[in-house]
Amino acid sequence: MLKFTSEHEWVRIEGDAARVGITQHAQEQLGDLVFVELPEVGKRFEKGAASAVVESVKAASEVYAPVGGEVVQANSAIVADPSLVNSDPMGAGWFYKLKLTDPSEVDALMDEAAYKELLG
Amino acid sequence: MAQPAQKASALRHTPLYALHLEMGARMAPFAGYEMPIHYPLGVLKEHLHTRIAAGLFDVSHMGQIALRPRSGSVADAAEALERIVPADVLGLAPGRQRYAFFTNSRGGIIDDLMIGQCGEYLALIVNASRKDVDGRHLHDALSDAYTVDVLEDRALLALQGPTAEAVLLRLAPSSASMRFMDIRPASVAGASCVVSRSGYTGEDGFEISIPARDAEKVARALLADKAVTLVGLGARDSLRTEAGLCLYGCDIDESTTPVEATLDWAIPKIRRDGGARTGNFPGADVVLEQLARGAPRCRVGLKPRGRTPVRAGVLLYADASASQSVGTVTSGTFGPSAAGPVAMGYVPRALSVPDTLLFADVRGNRLPVEVTQLPYVPHRYKRT
Repeated sequence: MLKFTSEHEWVRIEGDAARVGITQHAQEQLGDLVFVELPEVGKRFEKGAASAVVESVKAASEVYAPVGGEVVQANSAIVADPSLVNSDPMGAGWFYKLKLTDPSEVDALMDEAAYKELLG
Repeated sequence: MAQPAQKASALRHTPLYALHLEMGARMAPFAGYEMPIHYPLGVLKEHLHTRIAAGLFDVSHMGQIALRPRSGSVADAAEALERIVPADVLGLAPGRQRYAFFTNSRGGIIDDLMIGQCGEYLALIVNASRKDVDGRHLHDALSDAYTVDVLEDRALLALQGPTAEAVLLRLAPSSASMRFMDIRPASVAGASCVVSRSGYTGEDGFEISIPARDAEKVARALLADKAVTLVGLGARDSLRTEAGLCLYGCDIDESTTPVEATLDWAIPKIRRDGGARTGNFPGADVVLEQLARGAPRCRVGLKPRGRTPVRAGVLLYADASASQSVGTVTSGTFGPSAAGPVAMGYVPRALSVPDTLLFADVRGNRLPVEVTQLPYVPHRYKRT
């Protein structure tokens, strides 16, 4: 199941966990990324908390936790090569995996059709 | 990622506005103008292209001012301009240009500018954000000696990079004999331009002042060369930061003196203590004192040890746990050519020695940065 936020993050539900990344639209808006900062495994977030940082040449932007949970995995590949987020934001450019605190939080997120409508 | 709303109608457009839109530029407000931040190529590649080939920048938002001496003699009127800039205007030969600044009574910098000696008049290039302030300042201080003409009907293009010379040579053959900081009239693609060999990237290159009606024609003629790509203000900022060049409003302002900003190289001996035309500019007491004894703080390069960009506004600390900051970052970005983060800022003189270790507070983490000499990327001006 794939869901989206109005802040342009995507969430893929995998059992009781969620893989998180930023959307194609987000990477286009940000431009070439040159730096990514990810949370450490074990870190807990409330829904909406600043959870990661991405930086282009121009500016730094926060990535918010789309749902609450505990980080169980972080994608160090995008720290080593931030351009992966630009080239494959929905695949190899994922950010981290969360163990969900409250699986029902997912229900409030947008499905793909609703997100596409938001982009217009 | 929300952008602050701003009324587009209040923003001014340069003569190349339609070309920017046609080329797919991402536009944003800058100093009252709607300006191209980057094109589809993106900031990173635009930056790198400028360092290996040639970038074309629309900098028409900058102020172009003609100072015409009422006496008819530029030499007679040069000393009047020296009343407000600590520069050697009198010694500026025809066809030469110099970097200078207007100072205030505290020795702070009202604006930094270029002064070109164009024979019958002086050509000034000032910052877009300071155009109005500078215009008033010039009127107030110099109306007795000059007519002050803010040229609203001219565009300004910068062609920067190692192949800029070869590109311009095809359109304006006379430009090849110019060296760094020469300025002269030239026909470019049939338009009557004023060309200077200067820029804001650290690379060799030219700035071309063009009648507004010819701007698009000249830009298209330059872009017809495969070596040339359009570059937006995003890469202009990362290029100048790597080159260690100041941006007015970030690295220098009315509260920073030229000595603190380590721009003292631009104040010639003749205006210093013991010089034939010493002092006699606003804030001379402060500036000359700092030249003699050193300024309490100074602008330095700040090289982060890690990969995290350290940006403007970040506070600097003498150690990892100190509660009192000792300085501030005034410019910082990722340097595509430096292949890592680059920054500059102000620190107390005692901490300005290269290799001094400081800590930058980024999102609550104290990151090590080293004081370093500027620039990060060597200047490649054509001096000979």
